[in-house]
Amino acid sequence: MAKRSNGRSRKSNMGFSGWRRENDRVGVRNHVVILPLDDLSNAACEAVANNIKGTLAIPHAYGRLQFGEDLETFFRTLIGTGANPNVAACVVIGIEDGWTKRVVDGIKKTGKPVTGFGIEGSGDLMTIAKASRVAKDYVQWASELSKEDCDISELWVSTKCGESDTTTGLASCPTVGSMYDKLIPKGIYGVFGETSEITGAEHIAKARAIDEKVGAKWFKVWKAYQDDVIEAHKTDDLSESQPTKGNIAGGLTTIEEKALGNLEKIGRKCRYIDVLAPAEAPAKGAGLYYMDTSSAAAECVTLMAAAGYVVHTFPTGQGNIIGNPIVPVIKISGNPRTVRTMSEHIDVDVSGILRRDMTIPEAGDALIEMVLRTANGRLTAAEALGHREYSLTKLYRSA
Amino acid sequence: MGAPQLLVHDKKDTVGVVVVEDLKAGTNMTCVITADNSAFRLKSRMDVPIGHKIALTDIKKGDTVWKYGQDIGKAVDDIKKGEHVHVHNLKTKRW
Repeated sequence: MAKRSNGRSRKSNMGFSGWRRENDRVGVRNHVVILPLDDLSNAACEAVANNIKGTLAIPHAYGRLQFGEDLETFFRTLIGTGANPNVAACVVIGIEDGWTKRVVDGIKKTGKPVTGFGIEGSGDLMTIAKASRVAKDYVQWASELSKEDCDISELWVSTKCGESDTTTGLASCPTVGSMYDKLIPKGIYGVFGETSEITGAEHIAKARAIDEKVGAKWFKVWKAYQDDVIEAHKTDDLSESQPTKGNIAGGLTTIEEKALGNLEKIGRKCRYIDVLAPAEAPAKGAGLYYMDTSSAAAECVTLMAAAGYVVHTFPTGQGNIIGNPIVPVIKISGNPRTVRTMSEHIDVDVSGILRRDMTIPEAGDALIEMVLRTANGRLTAAEALGHREYSLTKLYRSA
Repeated sequence: MGAPQLLVHDKKDTVGVVVVEDLKAGTNMTCVITADNSAFRLKSRMDVPIGHKIALTDIKKGDTVWKYGQDIGKAVDDIKKGEHVHVHNLKTKRW
């Protein structure tokens, strides 16, 4: 289990030290984020982050002329990103004051420091100057915040796999499943998603709900994707997108085979207790949740981070290299070729499962140890390599 | 028993997964069913890349192919025991 690196005592050997935020949630990173409301404000945010060392701009492509559920998903994601406990404080910059204020007010509910700036009427340069002064105060304030000992039950751990192959279903996904089977009973929050990718194993996913009502809620979400998205937009089938070219190169043939491997991530025992909209924060207490997400890695991890998850576990077969700006993404691979040829991207090597010299419960323990080391501050491969993929989910065309 | 060349999820399955690199045709493979750790032997008929599937039995065109003890699609060609199973001879029934 996790080695004590700082000599502090912990409640159990399943502990970590993190930053307790104003709303009592615990973060494992201490970012000061410069968050653009919209694409137009990316330049000012990047200028502020360049001025003030130790801050992090999160540029993105959207935020203009969205409406309806697409706009609500956008606001949930942006507000959730600023509200995530891995963020100590946040500066929001938007082209105009109204929507900027909406994001600021949403983040402010956590009690953390947040200030917004609108560019119209001031221009980039004045805005950058004002925002930089606030960002400097925030980053100096955040740098003096101390960590405290926390039980593992305070961790929110998400999962999504990518560049899957047949080894993910044999090794890295069951490793995450073993982790959840061990940690969900200890009171952590978990989440899985990937609505399109469960196609082929929907009968199994539905049956893993805590009760029939939640199973029916899940099935409705899955069916809506089939009817509203796939049937409305497909050309012939989803071949080459589901499974992807990379999946097929790795030996996966059909969507059913891919889905069955994917679902190994939820282990044998856990049951999901609710179905979340994209970026929706869980509200039914500790346990495993399902989130309606795309199966594209960066979109899915961005939504889960916006829901408040602070560590992400990411099984990969062929070698997906994704990271996230605010949440450490831990890569797990059981493919010995990937572990050899892309070693700099892999945090947990579980290829021993294929050689039968490592059991799945042993791999689960190795992952739990890496989750705790990561929570304690170890940079993941993706963090060390500078992967900060932040992709907003767009439900339909803007106005 | 050394490290296996082929892993099979479930007793019901009609395909297994190659878990070593550079598997050659004619290899007398050690195969393990992960559900109960039982082992058997099977000769590969082709060179098959790591991660790709091999038929555990003769499969007729139109037959359901089983993996994880579940239906993963149908054979669109006759497949002999020991042959490579992939997009050329297996398709989803869905689309």
